[in-house]
Amino acid sequence: MGLFVTVKLNPEECQDGCKSCLDVCPVGIFRIEGGKVKVVADNEDECTFCELCLERCGQKLVEIIKNY
Amino acid sequence: MRLYEYEGKILAQKVGIPVPAGKMVDSPEKAREVAGEIKGEVVVKAQILLGGRGKAGGVRFASDPGEAEKVTREMLATRVRDRKVEKVLVEKKLEIVEEMYLGITIDEINKRMILLAGKTGGVEVEAIAQKPGAGFARALVDPFIGVPGFRAKELAKHLGATDKGLGALGNIVSRLYALVQKFDASVAEINPLVKTKDGSYLAADCRVEIDDDAIFRQKELESLGIFPREERGREPTELERKGAEIDRVDHRGVAGRVVEFDGDTALIIGGGGASLTVFDAILKYGGKPANYCEIGGNPTVRKLQLLTELILSKPGVKRLAVVTNVLSNTRVDLVARGVIKGMLNRGLDPRNFPVVFRVPGAWEDEGFRILDKYGIKYFDRTHTMDEAAQYICQMGRS
Repeated sequence: MGLFVTVKLNPEECQDGCKSCLDVCPVGIFRIEGGKVKVVADNEDECTFCELCLERCGQKLVEIIKNY
Repeated sequence: MRLYEYEGKILAQKVGIPVPAGKMVDSPEKAREVAGEIKGEVVVKAQILLGGRGKAGGVRFASDPGEAEKVTREMLATRVRDRKVEKVLVEKKLEIVEEMYLGITIDEINKRMILLAGKTGGVEVEAIAQKPGAGFARALVDPFIGVPGFRAKELAKHLGATDKGLGALGNIVSRLYALVQKFDASVAEINPLVKTKDGSYLAADCRVEIDDDAIFRQKELESLGIFPREERGREPTELERKGAEIDRVDHRGVAGRVVEFDGDTALIIGGGGASLTVFDAILKYGGKPANYCEIGGNPTVRKLQLLTELILSKPGVKRLAVVTNVLSNTRVDLVARGVIKGMLNRGLDPRNFPVVFRVPGAWEDEGFRILDKYGIKYFDRTHTMDEAAQYICQMGRS
């Protein structure tokens, strides 16, 4: 969880592993770990709210929360 | 990026401009060796990034290799114009009969390169050029045409060349422009451009500055042993070195270019004229800037965080001012995030430590929400940078 932004993504729910979120994120919030997409906690505060990940995720699994 | 004389001469040779035989060395022993290879009298020239070396003892002659070694040893042990000399250029001493000036730079008004040719070169050229009738010819360069042969010869004629000299000197004019084009130079100056006893023309000194914004594509420079560097007129302090490292964390935006001062007010500012305004205002209200720095181009939160941590690590800093003009391409919320994270990482509570923001611009509503949450005083665009400076200077005192 970032100080200002929390990005939530449940890797267990991610069925197709399309990695679209990882491909479109301009600030490196997602990475692959053990074949699953995970959130890079250190990068959450870099989120610019471009919402490309929300747009691209077919399963609507990404959630962005402002902590302020 | 300003180049050392020997680097400028490497580029000059690359485009075919004749330079005196010689080599850059960094030890007295190597100077002796080079002087031995040259045979005859040599000149030992301190390699510093400042003019006026001659008057400051940075250019000395030696009649044999032993003397070249001695002169080099002395030069490497001293400072020239308050710069440590780490390398010298050992060159053949020329038998000069004429000294001229040839330079190319950018004419900011006409938005073109301009060639300058003066019949008098040497150390006093700037003063001479100011005098009426100084004999300086100027020629704007059309970027689509470049410097045609006839134009180069016209300037050569102006410099006093005749017959074969017209071709030789004209070639130097054309090639100096080729150097500017090939290496993206913003300044290329041969001063003095000399005519020797045997009638040949050589670049006795060569000053080149490469456009900083073009260095990324100048791959050939590294293969010639010329590496990108930042030059600030003295050796960087530890704080400044770390600031440069932060800016290199990644390519996104600028957050660095730190210059350290002996003050109590840490500044995160936007560079350029607005920063000078902030400096003046801080001084006016009794504060003293602890640093200069630049943020812009939407740097990452991490870079801003590291920059904040760095400038707050300076002993004696009592307050922090984050003050810029209206930001158009840097997001206010990202600046706020980075600065707050930096303060917290330094163990400073933004509610207690004197800090002020006057950073209006893109995403300011989000930024103000963040600042509100952490109890940070901020000024919006209806207030001046001066007001913010006054506020922070009073804060630090109470």
